Amino acid sequence: MGNVIEVRGLTKRFGNFTAVDRISFNVKEGEIFGFLGANGAGKTTAIQMLCGISKPSGGTGTVAGFDINKESEKIKRNIGYMSQRFSLYEDLRVWENIRLFGGIYGLSEKVIAEKTDELLERLDFASERNTMVKSLPLGWKQKLAFSVAIFHEPKIVFLDEPTGGVDPAMRRQFWEMIYDAAERGITVFVTTHYMDEAEYCDRVSIMVDGRIDALDTPKELRRTHHAASMEEVFTQLARQAKRVE
Amino acid sequence: MKTLKFLIEKEFKQMFRNPLIANLIIFFPTMVLLVFPWAITFEVNNIRVDVVDHGKGSYSKRLTDKVEASPYFILNDTPPDYETAMQAMERGEIDMIVEIPTTFDRDIVKQQSSRVGLAVNSVNGSVGLLGSNYMTQIVNDLSRELASELLHKTSHAQMKAPPSLPRLTIEQRYRFNPQMDYKLFMIPGFFVIILTILCGILPALNIVLEKENGTIHQINVTPVHKAWFILAKLIPYWTIGLIAFIIAIFVAYLIYGLWPAGSIFTVLFSGIVFIISVSGMGIIISNYSETLQQAAFLVIFFILIIILLSGMFTPISSMPIWAQAIAAINPFTYLTSALRMIYLNGSSLADVSTNLLMLALFSLLLNGWAVLSYKKRG
Repeated sequence: MGNVIEVRGLTKRFGNFTAVDRISFNVKEGEIFGFLGANGAGKTTAIQMLCGISKPSGGTGTVAGFDINKESEKIKRNIGYMSQRFSLYEDLRVWENIRLFGGIYGLSEKVIAEKTDELLERLDFASERNTMVKSLPLGWKQKLAFSVAIFHEPKIVFLDEPTGGVDPAMRRQFWEMIYDAAERGITVFVTTHYMDEAEYCDRVSIMVDGRIDALDTPKELRRTHHAASMEEVFTQLARQAKRVE
Repeated sequence: MKTLKFLIEKEFKQMFRNPLIANLIIFFPTMVLLVFPWAITFEVNNIRVDVVDHGKGSYSKRLTDKVEASPYFILNDTPPDYETAMQAMERGEIDMIVEIPTTFDRDIVKQQSSRVGLAVNSVNGSVGLLGSNYMTQIVNDLSRELASELLHKTSHAQMKAPPSLPRLTIEQRYRFNPQMDYKLFMIPGFFVIILTILCGILPALNIVLEKENGTIHQINVTPVHKAWFILAKLIPYWTIGLIAFIIAIFVAYLIYGLWPAGSIFTVLFSGIVFIISVSGMGIIISNYSETLQQAAFLVIFFILIIILLSGMFTPISSMPIWAQAIAAINPFTYLTSALRMIYLNGSSLADVSTNLLMLALFSLLLNGWAVLSYKKRG
């Protein structure tokens, strides 16, 4: 299997501050790639460069086969994006949000209608079809936002702390959805705060002060760092951080 | 292009779920036209006057009566001396003092002339200037009356040939707004303000609100073209702006009897060209603001300058050169003058074509700038 993301020396500077400092990594097709790091380590900035909403200050790379410096609009056609904060329109109904984003990605009316029915059925959400998004509980909003992010069958989906603020049961359900998507061949690029979630990933990278300090399978990371859990690995690395938030 | 349909659908749904919008379309133009034309007027009325009448004769009484009868003045008091009146002015109770000398009646009979003292509080410049003008008219009026009466008497009594008294008077004719009604002059200006708020300010705030909510992020990460996103934002506001404009035109007709002397279609067409330019201005403001607070500040700052330097309230020709230069690059200037021309002078499309060409040019420049400055990628 080839790489869907290849990045060399990716850098983002804001004035004198280097948020992302020459990171290089590959993400393989179909894998669940965990992108870890403490607050302020530069995760979100890195994701935004990969998604084409932030211009890199330096470095090269491709996402879904397109140049991150020159072809950001082509990249956008092939990815899905979801974050904890930036999600759906609260004053639109469930079906209206699905329809809007389906339409934006160029799906036809017919395909949208069919896929909406199928999606709501699968999520056991049919009764909420006409509910305004603002009156859904947070966990449901996140499930819906994820479903909307992969509605157009992208090659890669970027999830920026998708499970923030919900209970463990809801998080488990959410990860089942992530596994489903990965099984359908969608590459998942996910950032998280929860170290138990890191264990669910195929490979994990850990960012410290804008650099990637470790990148491997959770098992290998535990072994090389002589740690019993990802939690320990993370604490060992994060302790070296010099940046003050 | 296909995505535009979905985006427009979204904007209309969101707009009609906002209860404020229906009020804005119907009540906003109605209220503006009901209230503002009465409040914003340059006619100076109700000037409070004290008349100090030292003469207490029949002619001086006539002058006092004339002041009292004038619609411009309110006779506050007739104090015995100038000092008392001055104290009243210092307390802010009156705006003007008329002092009639002891010899007023005698002077008129003997010399056919007399003098009247006038003291005006000019803190408010226009009250001072117009007040003294009005008062001069009243005095002149009285002197003319008295002159003809006296002439009559003397010519009867002495049977002499009346001395020829050449008198020049200026007879002014006010064209296009014969009643000199400021309301009629101002209403086209209020149309411009209504259109600006609905089509310039509201879409700007809407986009900044999407920034604050973070939803614009979700849009920027999709392949949607920014021009479609902006166009979809504007079309609903153009629609309500146009509806409100039509309502405003009818309200102006029903309340003030004001109907364009020219064609109503020319009025609407001019409005549409303006709407496009002013919405471009709104989008530019939203592109340079991250929060509603910033946007609101920019809007207030620019709106004040734009309204004051548009000839809406004060004639551009009397502004200093630098202000005239700003007025010349101000879309408001061109619509205000076009609407006044169509409404009051009955100008045709050809007559206002220069104004419309300027507005079209602004539309092109402002919207081009708006699209360029919208950044999907930071």
